[in-house]
Formats: sequence, C-alpha cells, structure tokens
Amino acid sequence: MKKGKKFLNSSKQIVSETLDGLVFAYGGKVHRLGSANVIVLNQMRPGKVGLLVGGGSGHEPLFPGFVGKNLASGAVAGNIFAAPTPDQILLATKAVNCGQGVLYLYGNYAGDNLNFDLGAEMAADEGIETKTVRIWDDVASAPLDCITDRRGIAGDVFVIKVAGGVAAEVGDLDEVYRVTCKARDNTRSMGVAAAAGTFPETGLPTFDLPDDEIEIGLGLHGEQGVSRSKLLPADVVTDQMLERILSDLPYVEGDEVCLLINNLGSTTMTELLIINRRVHEVLNQSGITIHDTLIGAFCTSQEMAGFSISLMKLDDELKKYYDMPVESFALVKGAIS
Amino acid sequence: MKSALTLDETRQMFLYVAKNIIAIQDLLGEADRAIGDGDHGVGMARGFEAVEAKLNSGSFNGLDELFKVIGISLLTTMGGASGAIFGTWFRGGSKNLAAQMIFDSEHLAWFLNDGLQAVQERGKAKVGDKTMVDVLAPAAAVAIEMANQPLETSLNQILVAAEKGMESTKQMVATLGRAKSLGERSLGHPDPGAVSTCYILKFMRDAVIQAELIPPDRA
Repeated sequence: MKKGKKFLNSSKQIVSETLDGLVFAYGGKVHRLGSANVIVLNQMRPGKVGLLVGGGSGHEPLFPGFVGKNLASGAVAGNIFAAPTPDQILLATKAVNCGQGVLYLYGNYAGDNLNFDLGAEMAADEGIETKTVRIWDDVASAPLDCITDRRGIAGDVFVIKVAGGVAAEVGDLDEVYRVTCKARDNTRSMGVAAAAGTFPETGLPTFDLPDDEIEIGLGLHGEQGVSRSKLLPADVVTDQMLERILSDLPYVEGDEVCLLINNLGSTTMTELLIINRRVHEVLNQSGITIHDTLIGAFCTSQEMAGFSISLMKLDDELKKYYDMPVESFALVKGAIS
Repeated sequence: MKSALTLDETRQMFLYVAKNIIAIQDLLGEADRAIGDGDHGVGMARGFEAVEAKLNSGSFNGLDELFKVIGISLLTTMGGASGAIFGTWFRGGSKNLAAQMIFDSEHLAWFLNDGLQAVQERGKAKVGDKTMVDVLAPAAAVAIEMANQPLETSLNQILVAAEKGMESTKQMVATLGRAKSLGERSLGHPDPGAVSTCYILKFMRDAVIQAELIPPDRA
C-alpha cells in the first residue's frame, strides 16, 4: 500500500506542534492553555457569551484557525480525526467563559457529541451554563427527515462566522443560540472526493477509492457518499452536487446566499475557480443572488483531493452578522457592504 | 485455579491488559480502517499507555479507585467516541466497588453490569447496533450467572460469550457512530470497539491464568 509522504516530527506531537505553529501565526492575538490542545483569544470582553468551537485535528485550519475577532473565542482540538477529550473541553470552557455562559459549536459526529456533552456536564458542575449547536450541513450523509443524523462539513465556516458576529454583539446565551441555530438551519453542503488523504500517524489512506473514480458525498473521514463513478467533467459534477443542495433546503428564485467552495486538501485553485464559475452560472440561471463567495481550504482532510460546495441562505439578521469584519488565521475579511 | 485477585494483582492484571492492547494496536487499527478511519488502534494504544503510567505510579485504596483511574485515563487521553465510551465503561463500572480489596467473580459482574449501564446511558446503543455493547452486554449477562464461580472459570465463560458477541457484529449494519454512514458496506466486518472490548476481556482472562507468573511488583 502506498504510504503518504509527510514532513512531520514525532507522530505523538503532531497536534501539539500544529497548535504551537498556529499560535505563532496569530502574532500575539491568541495563546495556548499550557500544554492543553486549547487555543483562546488573549483579549476577551467581559459580558460576552463565550463561543467555543472544536473537533478532531487534521482538518486545519478548522477549528482553531477560526478563533479571532468576531469569530470563536476559543477552540479545543482533539487528536487527528478524533474528538477532543472532556477535560480539555472543560478547561477551554472555563477560559472562554466571561460570565454569560458558553455556546458549544461543532460538527455533528458521535465522538464530538459524547465528549462535548461530558464537558457540558462537568462545566455545569462548576456553575457554567452552556448551550450546544451541532452543525449538520452535509446533505449527502442522511435524508432530510433524519437531518440530525447528518455530518458537519465545510458549512461550519458560515455558522461560525454568524455565531461569532452575534456573540460579539449580543451578551445573551439564548439569543446567540437562537441565531446560530438559524444559521445552521439555512446552511447546506456537499462534497466530492477524487482521492484519499493519508492518516499522518500511520501514513495509510483514510479510505479506498480506485484511481480513476470519484465519489460524490464522501465524508471527511471516508464516510460513504451517494454515488461513485468514473471521473467526470467539472461542470457535470458541480451540477449534480448543486441539484442535491438546492433541492434540499430548498434554495429558490429570489433567495440570497453566501457561497463557499472549499478545498478538501490537495485540489488546485485552478479547479476551484472553474467550479466556482459553474456554480455562479447555475445560481444566476436559478435567480439566486450570491451575496458573498469564499474560495479556499477551510475544512480539509489532510491531502484528500476533492472539494465541497456550501450555501447559506440569508435573511436580514443573518446578513447583518455575516457581514461583520473578521480577523483570524483562517479568515480575514473586512465589513461587507 | 485462581479464584480471586488481590487489589495489587488486579492492578497487575490491568497492566498486562494495557501492555497487550498497546501491542495489538495495528490489528485494532486495521479493524477500524475497514469500516472507519483507522484511528482506533492508535487511540486505544494512547489510552492504555496513559493507563500503564497511572497504574505504575499510583497507589489505590480499593477497586473503585483503580477502575476510576483507568476510566479517567482513557477518557482524558483517547478522544473520539471510543475515549468517551471506554472511559465511561471503567468509570461506571467502579460504582459498586467502593473500598473493595478483592477482585472476584461477583465484583467482576458488578464491574461489567454497572459499566454496561453507564455506557448505554452515555452512548444510547442497544444490542444489535454494531457497537461494543454487543460484546459487553452478553459478557455482563454471563458474569451474573457465574458470580459464584472462581474468577478464572467465570472469565473463561465470559470470553466465550464475548467472542460470540464480537462475531455477531459482522452480520450487523452499523446504525450509530461514524460507521453508520457506511450502511451496507459495514457488513462482514466486526465493529472495532467490539473487537477491543473482546481483547480487553481476553487479556484479563490471560492475566488471571498467568497470575502466578506475574512478578510481585513490576513498578
């Protein structure tokens, strides 16, 4: 079996060294909590709701790269592709709590759900109120009537951006929770894989996919998608994905959306722009207005080849919070007007 | 035949379990790669390395402390669903073992049954969902039947039930956790958590058989 070729030091230090590198990249705006795999903002405003994001590592810049101004207040990182542990979630919760409680925001995976729930119980024992929003944007992962079984993928970016905005403006946990749920409920995504990434600790591929095939809907960890085929032209794949995404919410004529074309790891910007061209064409033809377009590697799975498309439908409230300026490792953006 | 272990022998039994789980991490990783992302072996090894360190350095005043330390070590180092579940097994399993100094078949039955209850409350898995519960539940049931037998006898019977439970997961379609999205593709493969649970019970049995061979103090 072909093994991945990676520039690493000790396999046991991958997450720790990644976070140290990230803290340096932030240039003094965040710090790590001792040796814990937790990154928090240096300056937190009293009276603000803490926004804690997190999940398994290996998807960089998700989640720790989204700590920043008008974004998350802290992030807790698990080992590669494994949910963070409850003791570290508790540490992070205490660090981002400014007296108004903490919103947990993460992708809907069994491991994250179990560990964040344990963390929430431990936080409650210490008198910290938490609420949880699980992101389930991946339309390929379960039918609409089982939406709470769906996985969280790159749509995380939109939900974090809105949640960060509302948490910066409103010091009330219930209100931050309400708006964040609305952002989640208006977000849909779908991915396609052309090749697996490799597990950094073993060098082995995270899933098996024949060299000449692609799989639409395949998950970030190799979870089964909806259809496997020989490699298809960019427009054909894009159309197939959009058909499922658009009909799911559904997104209809007159809607205004944000668009994210996410690189899953090793797909080129050349390809992403070709895909973006097609998405804009299709949405224009459907009478859907694109308010903002993000293109890049936000939610990756090591060197996995492939991309995902995410849409978030806006209303005035979501637009207001989405449009706030943000500053983080993964996303720097001025106010959108 | 060993009928029971002292507290320190129990500690050494779990040191033996830890050493052997670490040794089979590639096998566990392969089992996970078939239906998951392949990190289960690395995760179990990381958890049991932490267990090994704690058991070598700590002193314990009862079985409950010993099991809690194992549970918290797994919970705080493994991560993922398996860290929460395996940690909960040992933590939950300590519930009725406060200040107990002897590990016999009755205490084993408490450990497995209280552990099972805690795991099911946490993870909501039932028998048939293709999880470690498919091993732990039959093992716990046999443990109650064998509660008056010597420890070695009961562990032998528990292991038979556990292996049967593990085999049964091959015929199941995953409905929980990450493997659920594989649907029918998960058929034919055992659940990795069920495999690990089975090995933990096997290494406990092997340690009891070899109890005389364990040096009095490896620390």
